[in-house]
Amino acid sequence: MTIKRTLLAAVAGALAATLMTGAGVKAADTIKIGEINSYSSLPAFTVPYRNGWQLALEEINAAGGVLGKQIEVISKDDAGKPPNAVTAANELVSKEGVSVLMGTFFSHIGLAVSDFSKQKQILFVAAEPLSDAVTWAKGHKYVFRVRPNVTVQADMLAEEAAKLPAKRWATIAPNYEYGKSFVAAFKASLNKRRSDIEWVDEQWPPLFKLDAGSTVQALLRANPEAIFNATFGPDVAKFVREGTTRNLFDGRTVVSALTGEPEYLDPLKDETPNGWIVTGYPWSSIDTPEHNAFKAAYEKKFGDYPRLGSIVGYATMKATVAIIANAGSLDTDALIKAGEGTTFDTPMGKATFRPEDHQSTLGAYVGKTAMQDGKGVMVDWTYRDGADYLPDAAATKALTPWK
Amino acid sequence: MDFLFIQFLNGLASASSLFLVASGLSIIFGVTRITNFAHGAFYMLGAYMAYTLTEHWSGALGFWGGLLAAAVAVAIIGALLEIILLRRIYQAPELFQLLATFGVTLVIEDLVIQIWGAEDLLGRRAPGLKGSVDIFGQAFPTYELMLIVLGPAVLGLLWLLFHKTRWGVLVRAATQDRMMVAALGVNQARLFTGVFALGIFLGALGGAVQIPREAVHNAMDLQIIVEAFVIVVIGGMGSVLGAFLASVLIGELNAFGILLFPKISIVLMFLVMAVILVIRPWGLLGRPESHARSALGTAERPIRPLGRGGRNAVLAVLLVLLILPVFGGSYLLNVATEVLIFALFAASLHLMMGIGGMVSFGHAAYFGLGAYGVALLVKFLEIPMAGGLVLAPLLAFTGAVLFGWFCVRLTGVYLAMLTLAFAQIAWSIVFQWDAVTGGDNGLLGVWPAPWASTPEAFYYLTLAICAVGVMMIRRIVFSPFGYTLRSCRDSVLRADAIGIDRQRIQWLGFILAGTFAGIGGVLFAYLKGSVFPDNISIPISVDGLVMVLLGGIQTVAGPVVGAGIYKALSIFIISETEFWKLILGTLIVILVVAFPQGVVGFAVDLFRRRDPDDGEAGEAPA
Amino acid sequence: MTTAPTSALAVTGLNKAFGGVQAVRDVTFALAPGELLALIGPNGAGKSTCFNMLNGQLPPDEGSIKLYGHEIIGLKPRQVWRLGVGRTFQITATFQSMSVIENVQMALISHHRRLLSMLPFAGALYKDEAFALLDLVSMGAQAGRPCGMLAYGDLKRLELAVALANDPKVLLMDEPTAGMAPKERIELMQLTADIVGQRGISVLFTEHDMDVVFAHAGRVMVLNRGRLIAEGTPAQIRANAEVQAIYLGSGAVYKTDEDTAAGAAP
Repeated sequence: MTIKRTLLAAVAGALAATLMTGAGVKAADTIKIGEINSYSSLPAFTVPYRNGWQLALEEINAAGGVLGKQIEVISKDDAGKPPNAVTAANELVSKEGVSVLMGTFFSHIGLAVSDFSKQKQILFVAAEPLSDAVTWAKGHKYVFRVRPNVTVQADMLAEEAAKLPAKRWATIAPNYEYGKSFVAAFKASLNKRRSDIEWVDEQWPPLFKLDAGSTVQALLRANPEAIFNATFGPDVAKFVREGTTRNLFDGRTVVSALTGEPEYLDPLKDETPNGWIVTGYPWSSIDTPEHNAFKAAYEKKFGDYPRLGSIVGYATMKATVAIIANAGSLDTDALIKAGEGTTFDTPMGKATFRPEDHQSTLGAYVGKTAMQDGKGVMVDWTYRDGADYLPDAAATKALTPWK
Repeated sequence: MDFLFIQFLNGLASASSLFLVASGLSIIFGVTRITNFAHGAFYMLGAYMAYTLTEHWSGALGFWGGLLAAAVAVAIIGALLEIILLRRIYQAPELFQLLATFGVTLVIEDLVIQIWGAEDLLGRRAPGLKGSVDIFGQAFPTYELMLIVLGPAVLGLLWLLFHKTRWGVLVRAATQDRMMVAALGVNQARLFTGVFALGIFLGALGGAVQIPREAVHNAMDLQIIVEAFVIVVIGGMGSVLGAFLASVLIGELNAFGILLFPKISIVLMFLVMAVILVIRPWGLLGRPESHARSALGTAERPIRPLGRGGRNAVLAVLLVLLILPVFGGSYLLNVATEVLIFALFAASLHLMMGIGGMVSFGHAAYFGLGAYGVALLVKFLEIPMAGGLVLAPLLAFTGAVLFGWFCVRLTGVYLAMLTLAFAQIAWSIVFQWDAVTGGDNGLLGVWPAPWASTPEAFYYLTLAICAVGVMMIRRIVFSPFGYTLRSCRDSVLRADAIGIDRQRIQWLGFILAGTFAGIGGVLFAYLKGSVFPDNISIPISVDGLVMVLLGGIQTVAGPVVGAGIYKALSIFIISETEFWKLILGTLIVILVVAFPQGVVGFAVDLFRRRDPDDGEAGEAPA
Repeated sequence: MTTAPTSALAVTGLNKAFGGVQAVRDVTFALAPGELLALIGPNGAGKSTCFNMLNGQLPPDEGSIKLYGHEIIGLKPRQVWRLGVGRTFQITATFQSMSVIENVQMALISHHRRLLSMLPFAGALYKDEAFALLDLVSMGAQAGRPCGMLAYGDLKRLELAVALANDPKVLLMDEPTAGMAPKERIELMQLTADIVGQRGISVLFTEHDMDVVFAHAGRVMVLNRGRLIAEGTPAQIRANAEVQAIYLGSGAVYKTDEDTAAGAAP
């Protein structure tokens, strides 16, 4: 039994040693920000995202940091699971002593970290999670969100969809909260804009498990005039291939969420469908001073063009620091108070955290897909400011029981 | 009617892909008894290899040659893996190979990202098969037609291989009786390597032919592996024809399921598997397992209550745990709390699979039901924490009563797969029932009551509950009931012949194990403050298996130690690096090779080797 | 045939077919209290099928099996055991992960109906009784050894001890000496005969080794192609021409009188 004892002691000892090192070593000359994202489970999005916040961090620190101190970001992987994200958040708050949390991609992980931040009374700036619930139904005073939510993006797409002659619509979306709420919001918005819409079919493939042939066939049978798609990643590639081969897209317009993001558009290469109405990021054709500067700096630092994730990472970093700068202290209550109404710079332009729901007014690009030189691009795009699509203060009140 | 026919063809095309993967898995299991968890990873590797080769080699020959060459290359990797790793652990308890291949899977998952990058890769379309043909006025892709032919063609080739070649006949003989082949003087090691390589070849080919259909990405393995296992089990483990029939069944089910019940397509397959296993306990074409004993290894040494040394060690650990809050910060306590919870979870799984001989691939069900039990009580009844701790395990208990009743009717891998089916059914209910469970957005705000909300208080609460839980499980193991459970595992024949009702005993063991797991789940919910379908999902079940096997399934202390090592390691590594899969996977493989009996099993072995009287560790039972 | 007021086991008209093949055909016999009855026959004669029906492992197609007058057809093996029928297997079935004495304790725990008890330490229960049973089969010295490490002959003796744990009235022994060395066989059968003699247990056993049969059985029945073709004292059976023909015809040979007499001399 001595062996077992030694072993157990060794394990306990090693555990204690590794976890205790660094505890309480709080450098007073930096401001610590804790960052969590799904680096190992969704690298296609999160690696450009990390590049984005690292670029912003570099710029901020080069400009002297904030409150006279340099910023230090401690970044953790959540392995794509909410419990791991909570563990990481705990480590960042309890052990590293960070002043603010930021990050997350998946909605459920964002919600888990958000609930943790509420319990621990620490500010959390959510980056990517799109679920409405993050700032509305399950919001609270400690959480702010950078990206426009599902309802806003669906509304932008529905605005374009309403201009189409199509009356018979079918939908396809992954079978989880993001897909379900995207479809619901799109339907609601389109129904509001048009009274003659008929919904003829809906498909709910499991996330990343689209049985493309059968699903496309089922859509064909319903014979819609237009299709709303919310699948993304590998699912959208399969959908495009099968749909093209089976002539699903002949004479039918597709309105598609996120497909214009380079993360999802680029893999399609010369098979990019023509004329889909999408949200996304036309990185190669945006010509504004702020974006040009961002793009140049990004390409210089990483030798690669930015993805949408890069923008989100960059904007989240800037937003977090802007809140700290406005608050003038690291006290959580001060941060919250200052956060409401804080305006921050992004490559898309300025955005503001609305006091009524802590949602930023960051917008999205809406345009059409096209192929140029064997690559997919977005054309005919416009930038839609989130402020124009978010409900007004009175309507928001009904959505935010926590306010 | 036309539509139905086209949809039927779609089902067949999917079935062919599934069949390639599943047949490989089935052949490997049939002969080597390896539950090859890495099969999905090899499928993914096949797709990535094929992508690279077809991008570099032009023309039709380059394309088709690329697909084949990719499968061959991956098969060679598979053969090397068998020779270098698996061959070392054939003597270990059978499920140990599951642990090894799990480690390999983690490594491959990270490697493909390092080699091929994070972005999805859309490969070439098949030369000459890019278009479609007109069937009943519908455009049907010619490549899908090719796939429809490919499945039966591979089935035919396998039939020829197994019936017309000496090697194939040997493989079939080995599937039926491994001992006999060894007795025939066949080089068993080479036969196993060959079979493993063939299985991997089929899996990798299944991945390679996806190139024209879908983008290659780094989560491909997860989407196929469970489905492949389901098909193998529905068809009957080791039966190639069974795998084919099951593939067609699942392919068609998917094709038509999305028409009838679009939202339950995620669980349809598991529902069908559950029904089939209840009606046919060995799948469509499977045969009863030759030995009634579950797949848990050969001659074992009796397990013993702790000797004085062991007792002192436990006391020492308990003492350290008791004073931990004095020197540990709140994060350390947080991690320690999580480790304790998983120690209870692993001990409960061990009661079921180590003592009861019922391997569970779905133990997460009871963990998750416990977690949801408390979350629902909080959400709908706003029940205080003390009430939650007492009442919430009842949901896990109820689940175990219900699912266990069906599961104990089966044995071995089939039982294990039925537990998986029930776990997935429970998962999908939780995932879909938005109004009650919050769907995948989960239930938030399940925090401990103020009296237990500090890290110290919650830690002590967890320590008390888990320590008592683990001690109760130990006590049960050494009680008459524990012996009775073990007797059913050791020899159903003998147990029956001395008046023991196996099913009733195993059912009770199942319920106990599920309830203890549920208690762990309740604590986990309070620790994390929120509950998600992830808590009931396959990775939690796999974690449990890894902990039990890593610690040593033939020891009582093993699972607790395994939980400590695995959970602490993974939390630490994930915190340090995003390449945690690579490192954790490698560590698991090293541990598997170094301690084929598990860490505690190894320690006990070492201790006993020094003891002249074999088999007596510590003191004789008091 | 020695007729007793009630037979320990009375079997009438037992039939069993497997997909058209009649494995056991109209078998009728009785086992008297305290009798040592051998069932012999060439391979495939239906002995094992017959045996498996007697303790409930296989349901017969037709027939009746009465244990001291009580019908036991339709009962499961565990229920048959509770009525006092012990059983040993052709290929030993023991609990590999337990020590020798724990195997016996397990049977005793079942006998005393403590299977669901979760509080006491099983290892401390019925220890004396278990030792007594092990001593009976001369296994007392090996009580603490892991069962998985026993020699085959010792396993067979352990099985006997386990089978005796519920104080059986009838013992069914399927090839009790299979796989043992000749000397061991005689010893084990002698031991069995002594024990059952002392305790008044009736024994039905199948056996390949004619030496064992002729040395210890009080009576012998011969099964061929599912049918009982002869029954009588060992001497009668040895002299039976039909039996000789079957054994010669099947290729198996049993020794002549002289050999047997020499070999079986105690």
